Amino acid sequence: MTAIERVASALVWAIALFAIVFLLTPLVVTVAVSFGSSAVFTLPPPGWSMRWYNQLPATRGLWPSLATSLQIATLSTLVSLVLGTLCAIALVRGRFAGRDAIATFLVSPLMLPGLVVGIAMLQGFKAVGLREAWPSLLVAHVVITMPYVVRTVLAALSLFDFTLIDAARTLGCSYGKALRKVMVPALAPAFLTSAMFAFLASMDNYPISIFFTDAWTKTLPIQMLQFVEERPDPVIAAISAGLILLAVIALIIGDRLVGLRRLADF
Amino acid sequence: MSTATQRDPIGWLALPAVAYLGLVYALPLVFLLARSVTGPEGFTLQLFGQFFADPYSWRVIWNTLRIALLTTLVCLLIGFPVAIAMARAKGLMQVALLVAIILPLSIGVVVKAFAWQIVLRRDGVVSQFLVGTGIWSEPQRLLFTETGLVMGAANVFLPFMILPIYSVVKLIDPRLSEAGATLGASPLYRFRRIFLPLTLPGLVSGIAFVFSMSVSMFVIPSLLIGDRFQMLATLTGRSFLLMRNEALGSTTAVVLLVMAVSIVVASSWLAKRLGGSQ
Repeated sequence: MTAIERVASALVWAIALFAIVFLLTPLVVTVAVSFGSSAVFTLPPPGWSMRWYNQLPATRGLWPSLATSLQIATLSTLVSLVLGTLCAIALVRGRFAGRDAIATFLVSPLMLPGLVVGIAMLQGFKAVGLREAWPSLLVAHVVITMPYVVRTVLAALSLFDFTLIDAARTLGCSYGKALRKVMVPALAPAFLTSAMFAFLASMDNYPISIFFTDAWTKTLPIQMLQFVEERPDPVIAAISAGLILLAVIALIIGDRLVGLRRLADF
Repeated sequence: MSTATQRDPIGWLALPAVAYLGLVYALPLVFLLARSVTGPEGFTLQLFGQFFADPYSWRVIWNTLRIALLTTLVCLLIGFPVAIAMARAKGLMQVALLVAIILPLSIGVVVKAFAWQIVLRRDGVVSQFLVGTGIWSEPQRLLFTETGLVMGAANVFLPFMILPIYSVVKLIDPRLSEAGATLGASPLYRFRRIFLPLTLPGLVSGIAFVFSMSVSMFVIPSLLIGDRFQMLATLTGRSFLLMRNEALGSTTAVVLLVMAVSIVVASSWLAKRLGGSQ
């Protein structure tokens, strides 16, 4: 190794270490603040306490918004899983023109500014008379969750060997049983990881949800931003820490299912 | 039921998803575009004429592009070496890198932007660190400054720079560089003529991801820099949510949409030209 290569290599590792610290800083800070006794975000906190967590049950607006977010995320993920999987099967097995274009179209909501998509939908929903917050949120969130399902299930299906189904049928399975016993288990990791990312995307969405909330129906991110604007205190850090815990659990499940390296495939 | 004799009935399975997104998502976008160029007397570019005649609009556009470029640059300078490290890392270092990149991806932007509000305070960890190392002589507030905004945005978007570059770097055969060395090429020459061209598709898609997300970010500037500094997305949001000025909001929304679509189209064209895999 020449001197230049040694310097370059040292620089690469130094930046990598810096990036680990940089990326994890907001998460660590949030958790530290949530367990601190100080109300003004002093770091390191003067003492440790659970007082912000104890305030959670009585925090107005938190639980209804969490319930709304969970309902919308669960239902929109389920709808996307069904529609997205059917579409992925068509794209992999079908022999019609424009399959690439359809795949790009279904993933495109990820690439466009959420705010613009939200405004367009708001005006569209108004035009057809859909005004209630909850159904609007559900209809909009299917668009948010669909790209994750289509992308992951499409990738998994294009690796799936469809002759296995014929093999199962030769061995006496009915078509439905062959699908259930052969295809569903092979695709299970793809279903679970795509469902997980779709669910989290729906839970976290702000720029589209903001157009479909009213005084009674808010999703968690909308309610949290309102807390931040109205009374910034470590209760928000405690809520955030809960969401971080959720992400850690999702990461562990993802690691068990497909491995960390596969989660990094892009 | 034999599927082979019929003419591809399996294609119909795509219909529900395509019809759903067509009606709920594509059609409203088309209407948004159509309405922005329709006046009482048919086709008109009057709204855009008004918008681009206002010097304030140009300041907002310049703010948007400047912050997006700086954010992309910071992400590139950190992300490129990190992607290389990730492709080479083993054991604990690899796990640490993977966790540090994937975990923040599944955490909402409101949570992260709120955390940066704490980090960038006068008594926050960045200020404490810079004073502690002697770079700053006294604590300073980074919150509500452009530097703070770029730091927060770079933090949120960094994984989207690292992952596409990593996906091409990990496929590069290390023997190529060794072969270059055997033939007498210097390290710099090998980086420029062997490594860089092979990573170019990843760099293009990473830059496109981060740039388009920075152009259209809304929550991060709202929390980290406030109302006095407007970008296209925050102005769009404010026009609709606070000012009830739908004409202005639709115009900025269309400008934003055109920008985002051009970035996507340009980058995929470039990636295809470079012979990228994606």
